[in-house]
Amino acid sequence: MDIFDFSDGREGYYGEYGGVFLPEILHATIEELLVCFRECKADPKFWQDYVSLLQNYSGRPTPITHLENLSRQLGGAQIYVKRDDLNHTGSHKINNVMGQGLLCQRLGKRRVIAETGAGQHGFATATMAAKFGYDCKIYMGAVDIARQRPNVFWMENLGAEVASVEDGQKTLKDAVNACMRDWVTNMADTHYILGTACGPHPFPEMVSWFQSIIGMEAREQILKQAGKLPDRVYACVGGGSNAMGIFQGFFDDDSVELIGCEAGGLGVGSYMHSARLAYDDATVGVAQGYKTYFLQNDEGNMNETHSVAAGLDYIGINPIFSYLWEQGKVRFEAATDSEVKEALKLTMRTEGLIPALESTHAFVMAIKEAPTMAKNEVILINQSGRGDKDIFTIADALDDSKWKSFIAGKADQYRAEKK
Amino acid sequence: MGLQAYIEERKKDRDLLVMAHVVCGYPSFEDNMQELEIMAEAGVDLVELQFPFSEPSADGPLFVKANEQSLKSGTTVDQCFDFMKRASERFPFKILMMGYYNTAFKMGEEVFVNRIKASGGVGYILPDLPVEESSNLHKLSEQAGIEPIILMTPTSSDKRLAILGKASRGMVYVVARKGVTGSKTNMGDDVISLVERCRQHTDVPMGVGFGISCKADMDFLRGTADLAIVGTAALKTWESSGAEGLRVFFAELMA
Repeated sequence: MDIFDFSDGREGYYGEYGGVFLPEILHATIEELLVCFRECKADPKFWQDYVSLLQNYSGRPTPITHLENLSRQLGGAQIYVKRDDLNHTGSHKINNVMGQGLLCQRLGKRRVIAETGAGQHGFATATMAAKFGYDCKIYMGAVDIARQRPNVFWMENLGAEVASVEDGQKTLKDAVNACMRDWVTNMADTHYILGTACGPHPFPEMVSWFQSIIGMEAREQILKQAGKLPDRVYACVGGGSNAMGIFQGFFDDDSVELIGCEAGGLGVGSYMHSARLAYDDATVGVAQGYKTYFLQNDEGNMNETHSVAAGLDYIGINPIFSYLWEQGKVRFEAATDSEVKEALKLTMRTEGLIPALESTHAFVMAIKEAPTMAKNEVILINQSGRGDKDIFTIADALDDSKWKSFIAGKADQYRAEKK
Repeated sequence: MGLQAYIEERKKDRDLLVMAHVVCGYPSFEDNMQELEIMAEAGVDLVELQFPFSEPSADGPLFVKANEQSLKSGTTVDQCFDFMKRASERFPFKILMMGYYNTAFKMGEEVFVNRIKASGGVGYILPDLPVEESSNLHKLSEQAGIEPIILMTPTSSDKRLAILGKASRGMVYVVARKGVTGSKTNMGDDVISLVERCRQHTDVPMGVGFGISCKADMDFLRGTADLAIVGTAALKTWESSGAEGLRVFFAELMA
């Protein structure tokens, strides 16, 4: 199955979804990007450079870990985890960023901009910009800056400028709009490093291509370690780049069921969630440069979204998934905030793993379904990010009183120093 | 009378027409109506009514705030069309809908063009809808007798301008510079040569917008453009000095 073969349909469309909906002023820029991307994709040398860069810089290939304790405790399928949390900067985001960094060299641009929600994509972009010598500006919603200071700290210390976005809900979607506004002004020397498989064509295809390295490695590794293909693969879905990454490794394997895990937030009917496909609240629309399912009202204005995991807190889903969901190729489920907290505690205690809150959404669904499966069946979870860097958020989520008194003490210390 | 004929008729008396802009429901529909009264008094020829959208990614800070505040105060599409109807019945200038494609997409393209028509509008500007995605909407517009306004930009190649030129009806909106609405444009030879380049690909009148804020800009555009498009500068004036300020602003602009 090659969903990126557009010869029978419209370029950049996956069924009804995708496309390019941008102001005319960006037409030439997006064409230039598309031409450059096509050249890179057709050039085996580009992919080799990309793979060796990730090997030398980010620690790829990341391993697969068999969760023997958790599997035994649940009494069903054998659970394996793809460890993309072990990448440099702590998540799969670095894959896409390094790929676009190489592509940006070919474009001959000297400045990069990026949106970030949780800060992981901004952090990875700032790292890449430092290594490649690009000027770098990261747009981040004021609300996200307030809840993700550690990532802001690193971005700034890596030499990036972090701009606080004060419009709209002051979160990820507003940071995307701010990037668009920068891009329409500075496109001559600036490349927009979009962080997920959303936005106008060719971003969904391009980001998916860079992330496909996860699935390529994972398929080979699981065959070796488990002796068979997985029966089910679980990945969390915000925009959907890590899920696209791992799922692509199994697109041609009809026996493998693919499960996308969205942010259920406060649950069905709460309207405080980010589940576009698992719940019934989203409808098809056009925003932020592409057509897909959005959480919006009847008039096409976007609704407020929510998740305990900032990286999943987003209005739209990548257009490829809207199509694959309709085709029955990917099943979508949602995990609620409270389920995520319980699954995180269980995973930490039984396996010593600390998945990011985002990735924990995939663990929730796997933990729910494993007991209903046979002992010789195999589950693969993509641990797209690590949680230890999210200590502030996780300590909040777990309502840890000792952490709170530590922070209060630290605050007292800083206040005393100020005086 | 179609938009092009209307512009040509008005141009018999004046060499540079003016298109103004309001964001529906910001600060309020009452304020909007007062703004339109002042615009009509000053002899403004065309007005864009912007339907607020939650993701106005082609707009600058002031219009972003205006979109946001308008939605926050509960502005609906029905109210915008109702306002368009009242305004078109009351004032001599022609009215265009301006907004983002999702507004049209959600109500359905056919309903969209029919509602503009029924509300007395003569066309629409959807800056995030590229011409490749417009064929059905353009066909429906032609049937309904309203005009889709095409944008031409400094980054458009001649090949691109030829495609845009072929699709243009009524008038063309020439974007004077890169960027979003609301910052100053240095009017220079590049703006003149851009308009000249655009004219090679279509016969419809040319409106120039983005950063037009004062009489000097008008004087510069005279002889080059058919219309000057004024957006942010007017709203800024309304916010800082109210009805009287806006009256002075348009009087000076159109003197």
